[in-house]
Amino acid sequence: MNLAQSGFGVALTIGALTAVLAVAVPVRLRAAVTGAGTALTGAAGAATGVAAVLGQSFTLALPGLLPLSGVSLVLDPLGGVFLAVTGGVAVAAGIYGIGYARHGGDARLVSAVLPLFVMAMLVVPVAASVGTLLVGWELMALTSLLLVLTEHRRREEVAEAGRWYAVMTHLGLVAVLIGLMIFAGHAGGDSFAALRAAARHMSPTVAGVVFVLVLAGFGSKAGILPLHAWLPRAHPEAPSHVSALMSAAMVNLGVYGIVRVGFDLFGGVAAGGTRWWWLLVLLLGAASAVYGILQAAMSTDLKRLLGYSTTENMGLVLVGVGAAGLFASSGNRALAGLALAAALLHVINHAGFKTLLFLAAGSVLHATGTRDLDALGGLRAGMPATTAAFGWGGLAASALPPGTAFVSEWLLVQALIHGLPTAGAATAIVLPVAVAAVALTAGLAVATFVKAFGVGFLARPRSDAAARASESSPAMLAGMGLAGVACAVLALVPTVVLSGVGRVAGVVAGSGGRAVTGVVTLQLTAIAGTLSPLLLTLALLAAMVVVLGVVRAVAARRARRVARLWDCGAGPLSARMEYTATSFAEPLQRVFDDVVAPETDVDVTHHEESRYLVAAVEYRRRVPDRIERRLYQPVLAAIGFWGQVGRRLAPGSVHRYLGYGFYAVIVLLIVLTVTR
Amino acid sequence: MSLLGVAGGVLQAVVVVIGSPLLVGIMRQVRARLEGRAGAGIGQPWRDLRKLVRKEPVSPRGTSELFRITPLLLVATTGVVAVVTPFVTAASAIGPVADLFAVVALLAMGTATLALAGLDTGTAFGGMGASREMTILALVEPTLLVSIFALSVRVGSTNLAAIVTSTLRDPARVLSPASLLAAVALIVVTVAETGRLPVDNPATHLELTMVHEAMILEYAGPDLALIELAASMRLSVFLGLLASLFLPWGIATSLGPVALAVGVVVFAVKVGLLGTVLAVGEVFTAKVRLFRVPELLAGSFVLGLLAVGASFFLA
Repeated sequence: MNLAQSGFGVALTIGALTAVLAVAVPVRLRAAVTGAGTALTGAAGAATGVAAVLGQSFTLALPGLLPLSGVSLVLDPLGGVFLAVTGGVAVAAGIYGIGYARHGGDARLVSAVLPLFVMAMLVVPVAASVGTLLVGWELMALTSLLLVLTEHRRREEVAEAGRWYAVMTHLGLVAVLIGLMIFAGHAGGDSFAALRAAARHMSPTVAGVVFVLVLAGFGSKAGILPLHAWLPRAHPEAPSHVSALMSAAMVNLGVYGIVRVGFDLFGGVAAGGTRWWWLLVLLLGAASAVYGILQAAMSTDLKRLLGYSTTENMGLVLVGVGAAGLFASSGNRALAGLALAAALLHVINHAGFKTLLFLAAGSVLHATGTRDLDALGGLRAGMPATTAAFGWGGLAASALPPGTAFVSEWLLVQALIHGLPTAGAATAIVLPVAVAAVALTAGLAVATFVKAFGVGFLARPRSDAAARASESSPAMLAGMGLAGVACAVLALVPTVVLSGVGRVAGVVAGSGGRAVTGVVTLQLTAIAGTLSPLLLTLALLAAMVVVLGVVRAVAARRARRVARLWDCGAGPLSARMEYTATSFAEPLQRVFDDVVAPETDVDVTHHEESRYLVAAVEYRRRVPDRIERRLYQPVLAAIGFWGQVGRRLAPGSVHRYLGYGFYAVIVLLIVLTVTR
Repeated sequence: MSLLGVAGGVLQAVVVVIGSPLLVGIMRQVRARLEGRAGAGIGQPWRDLRKLVRKEPVSPRGTSELFRITPLLLVATTGVVAVVTPFVTAASAIGPVADLFAVVALLAMGTATLALAGLDTGTAFGGMGASREMTILALVEPTLLVSIFALSVRVGSTNLAAIVTSTLRDPARVLSPASLLAAVALIVVTVAETGRLPVDNPATHLELTMVHEAMILEYAGPDLALIELAASMRLSVFLGLLASLFLPWGIATSLGPVALAVGVVVFAVKVGLLGTVLAVGEVFTAKVRLFRVPELLAGSFVLGLLAVGASFFLA
């Protein structure tokens, strides 16, 4: 029994024990027990993942546990990466939950479900048969659904979010189910080994159908356009540590599914000839990235903004995955390894900063009771540690040095640029567009997080709740601190992670070698490229020290005086005169008017006596999700219509229902007679 | 990290810090003369800085540490770019940092921090400037990266030193369609990023039009001096980048006093000439409305895309 196997066993045991204990212990201990248990489950899972990335593996078959197919688990390096990420997020979220859940989030059921959710997420990347994967997938969906509904008694919107999530996650499951069933039907068995062997003899059409179905199912979990509609609803309404788990760990498994099926199961076929699959993945990714960040830039709800940013980041990851597939299918395995390494690194980075951001947003919500940026502001005075955490997370998310996303986006762009000379004409058009999409995403992300941090945490409070906000409990701060340290390590010495991730990507993409080497400096092996985030940060710090020294030496040695703000001589400025998140995003909204299609309503009430005098002006603005409106509303309306029509069939008469049964049997008999 | 690079790094930092206010002075003087004014002389920006540094430091009420660190960070980011980019010598002081993306991201980081400082004051002016600056930044970024893409495809690297060396080796490249298109796109980007006409007017204090000036309205004394210095350094760094990418001749490739001296002089002349051209152009252009700026940037983005296309199909 090696470390990987025992680690996985320990993780599942602790998880199950925690779930039982959460039901048994008295309410005042429940949050602490659940949080600590979840964190330990995550730690064991993360250790297993790291061991797997370093080369350990295990195989486990329990044929009796599930009827028909049995449970079959295999841990390989690719699964290990996702296991480690999930475990890491669970540690931070669990510790945070000790402080957070104490305030109403510690009902018996919810507390018991949290560790089960983490366990389900740990099972998915280890599953080695279609049956096991689908059971783990469904368990993950159900447990997360229960967690989303935690606060359904307190807010109306939670139920609606839950409905959207339940429907969409199950439609996704159906898509994955059908796709993998077709696959398994051709393979004559549901183990991944059988699928791999069958993929070589599959016709391109069937393989294409399977891939598109699987892409739709897994893509909906990853929040990819146009199946993202659940994400900005469900993530804000869940308790914040659950949001962190969903947004930083669960969505990754969608990417895992696409990589597993596309690169591993279809390894022989897909990477050989099917270029359009990966073009589709790349274009969907690019569209999701731009659309996601654009909606985030318009959003004034802090957690909704973060939810849309998840769509953006998963889009960037899929750009990497799609590029890797494109390069692999044109035979450039080394570059494919680099693109895949960039995608996997971005998964890890996103997990780090999104955990931090959601936990910080949870602290804000907890302290002020609102997620509306237009009602926040000035939190740096009452909540300095949370402010620092959100600022650090925002820097990481906006792809500026010395943040984490900067490194992975640099890698991604390097792969895209160097793919051009070897590409065909179609790829040569797609790659620059992808780079432009990544660049636009990066620019908009800067604007988005400057807005979120500047309006939410700096300036002056825009409401009493924001003015009274006080710092959160030590456990919550510890959870954020852990995520913050992880972000710092990922940002400054990404090579620690990259050496492992690069090797995994090399194995999966078929190049064999490591995509990136070096300790202080990232050195790309396939192409010429070096970057040192650590040296860059040190240079920046040194420059700041030099400037400070020169200013101290040259400037007048007088004490700093505090003065009034410039108010144009009109008296003291009030908080209502500040720029809000809405006004901050207004120029961007105008620029992207055609894409986001905002709705504005201006009601002018005139004075009774004269039309020239205005008594009141009312201004309302909404930025609806356009894709949702165009794509989902018609479908929902049609379902509603047919539901109404269908009602006429059920007037409540028992005789009629018996008649339906009778005629159905007759029709069935006729059909059987005719066809036999 | 070569000796040539280190020498270049030190020289560049000194030249950029000393020369940048002079560049601004030259540009103002050119504009003044063309507009029929006498002008304040090219030393005026330095005299302004001296005056500001001697004043007492003032912080507006209710601002945080971020507001006070921003000027330092702004000068530091631009300073690091001035050290690592090959302006005077063809090698870079810190090779692994002299990546075009890293340089662009560093400059963007300075801008983002300044926008945060603008928001931190909690005044309408600060928020307005920050909002506009971020909008422009978000739209400039795609053009910038696509132009970089076009320039680095043939070289096979995004490292600045590699690009400059390869252009020196094959000067005909500068006249290739890809390079020319990328140059035009990058010039538009430079105008937008340094806050010059027709995107932003550096000489205005009118709330309808200002972008950069609105963000820094609350700064005074030594803080303002640092911000002004950083703004002028940013201008020279962007012009220097244009010069190094498209007119790299005269840059020092060996470590001799003559080569280095020639490198410094040529760099100063190139940036001075580019600045003069920019100033002359400004005399004949009016500021466009903020909401027309995206059209300008979209045009430059298309040029960038065409440059990538040209580098692939015409290579």
